Amino acid sequence: MRDVAVVGFAQAPNVRETPGTTNGVEMLVPIFAQVYEQTGLSKSDIGFWCSGSSDYLAGRAFSFISAVDAIGAFPPIHESHVEMDAAWALYEAWLKIRTGEVDTALVYGFGKSSAGNLRRVMALQLDPYTVAPLWPDSVSIAGLQARLGLDAGLWSEKDLAEVAARSRADAARNPHAQVSGSTEVADLLDAPYVADPLRVHDIAPVTDGAAVIILAAAERATEFAERPAVITGIEHRVDTPVLGARDLTRSPSTESAGRAVGTGDVEVAELHAPFTHQELILRTALGLGDDVRVNPSGGALTGNPMFSAGLARIGEAADQILTGRAGKVLAHATSGPALQQNLVAVLEA
Amino acid sequence: MVSTPLSAPLDLAFDYTRSLGPVLGRFTAGLRERRIEGVRGSDGRVHVPPVEYDPVDAAPLTEFVPVSDEGTVLTWSWIPEPLDGQPLTTPFAWALIRLDGADTAMLHAVHVAGPADMRTGMRVRVRWTDDPAGHIRDIAYFVPVGAEDGPSPAPPPKSEKDGVVVTPIKLHYEHSASPEESRYLRGLAEGRLIAQRCPKCEKVYIPPRGACPTDGVPTVDEVELPDTGTVTTFCIVNVPFLGQKIQPPYVAAYILLDGADIAFLHLVLGCDAAEVRMGMRVRANWKPRDEWWTSLENISHFEPTGEPDAPYESFAHHL
Repeated sequence: MRDVAVVGFAQAPNVRETPGTTNGVEMLVPIFAQVYEQTGLSKSDIGFWCSGSSDYLAGRAFSFISAVDAIGAFPPIHESHVEMDAAWALYEAWLKIRTGEVDTALVYGFGKSSAGNLRRVMALQLDPYTVAPLWPDSVSIAGLQARLGLDAGLWSEKDLAEVAARSRADAARNPHAQVSGSTEVADLLDAPYVADPLRVHDIAPVTDGAAVIILAAAERATEFAERPAVITGIEHRVDTPVLGARDLTRSPSTESAGRAVGTGDVEVAELHAPFTHQELILRTALGLGDDVRVNPSGGALTGNPMFSAGLARIGEAADQILTGRAGKVLAHATSGPALQQNLVAVLEA
Repeated sequence: MVSTPLSAPLDLAFDYTRSLGPVLGRFTAGLRERRIEGVRGSDGRVHVPPVEYDPVDAAPLTEFVPVSDEGTVLTWSWIPEPLDGQPLTTPFAWALIRLDGADTAMLHAVHVAGPADMRTGMRVRVRWTDDPAGHIRDIAYFVPVGAEDGPSPAPPPKSEKDGVVVTPIKLHYEHSASPEESRYLRGLAEGRLIAQRCPKCEKVYIPPRGACPTDGVPTVDEVELPDTGTVTTFCIVNVPFLGQKIQPPYVAAYILLDGADIAFLHLVLGCDAAEVRMGMRVRANWKPRDEWWTSLENISHFEPTGEPDAPYESFAHHL
């Protein structure tokens, strides 16, 4: 089967709140124009379209249907959708190209997290019989995970603050970031707890945003990009949804996905970690050494648009290759509570 | 053209109602009787809450094991400002709690005064609700063993109410209309029908769209349309349903306003349902002006104008 490459990537500014609709059209139309410009493709050249978004963010059924207007879906197109981060939409598009059905695909994700109360809405992805009826919020669940590692001595609060400080400093070079700037670890640790043991710097901000990637069959990719980022491995795995049955300080699904794709020699890794301790879990699960540059974009801690932040990790990683800054990179996306579902991709020049 | 898009609160509520199978059904029935049962996995571990299939080998699990209503906190986090629907309205801890006799932990709330009263490894016990319903919320919350929270209420008598859980879901959103929709809705409040034209294909859409479905660009040029049009297609509603406002039979029709390139759905009243036909010319019947707001409800319905029918060719490409 043939290889697939990322040839274009764009994202909307990561912001706390847009005035736009929950169908994302206002965020998507401009970034579609950007990827067409980058690749020289037009909508009539795209073989397959796939998106990731959620009705629960929008508060209405089939909310992704309106977003299809942004594509220009007449005459009819070949389109699909996942109710997950759009990294999983990219997986579906990757398969479509791998199997030879199409040569190009456009993948997009969007979410207006600000329309509702995000950490409460997120409770509805939990087991509907024994967990969701309690309305546990996503930040509190991450706090349970963080404390397990603190109690076990796997990380300290200082380690977590260091992740936040590095992310914010890196984000200063990312024009799309929502949170950025130089901070002292000691100052971060002086801040009060938001949800003991988590402080505000440990938690990704609530973000509205969108991202888009264009994929192409590797043999045609140089028509659309000088230096395409070829996906040499992509796997996604899942852990049990029963939070109390998992060792939450590890991410076995990330470990096995990482083993399947091979993470050796990667120079840069974009990890989808909405909480500081999750970056440490992921680094360990993927066996990334200190020589691997993690999240030069600032990562999800500096902007976490729901349903596109994972796709944006793949885009940011690919961008390292597209712009000649790296030769081999890793991208990770997560979906579900406390790193339940994980996707790992390796891309090479 | 630049004005703030319209937005409004959107509240959703529904009762998530599910029948449970033999495993979770037995678990929730047990909770109503103030018993907690787990299920033994293929590897001998006892899962609480029970799982229907073994997480290791996917075998269906059937061996129930009673466990204690006391257990140990494995980890916790503090919620200083509880959210709607959570087990307590005062600040509390979330915890993963392993009940005595279980090998997995359950997520629930622990009622203590502050985070200083929480620690990993502390012993807690169930505080049952006074009003059990066969639901995970029959466990109101946990309290430290020995806490002055009062004794749990006495077990209720057995009941036949088994096997179904009802969880109320309430969500609040702030819904925003697009700039194009906002122009249209504000026009309706003034009794005007505002469409917009796609700058590329020049099609006229009402309601106007955030992006033309042919070209993927926002519609921009404003076009005011008359309140007359043609029925392109229709159906006669004969079926009564919940929330219906008009006595059946009545007609729901696609109406192509004069000058528009897209039809929209409205009612055709003012004649016998059997008289409505494709090509029939209709006009809006507006409600009294003092009832107008930013809604298509300002048009009560459409009714026949009595003009000759529009020729089929004039609307065939809009079907």
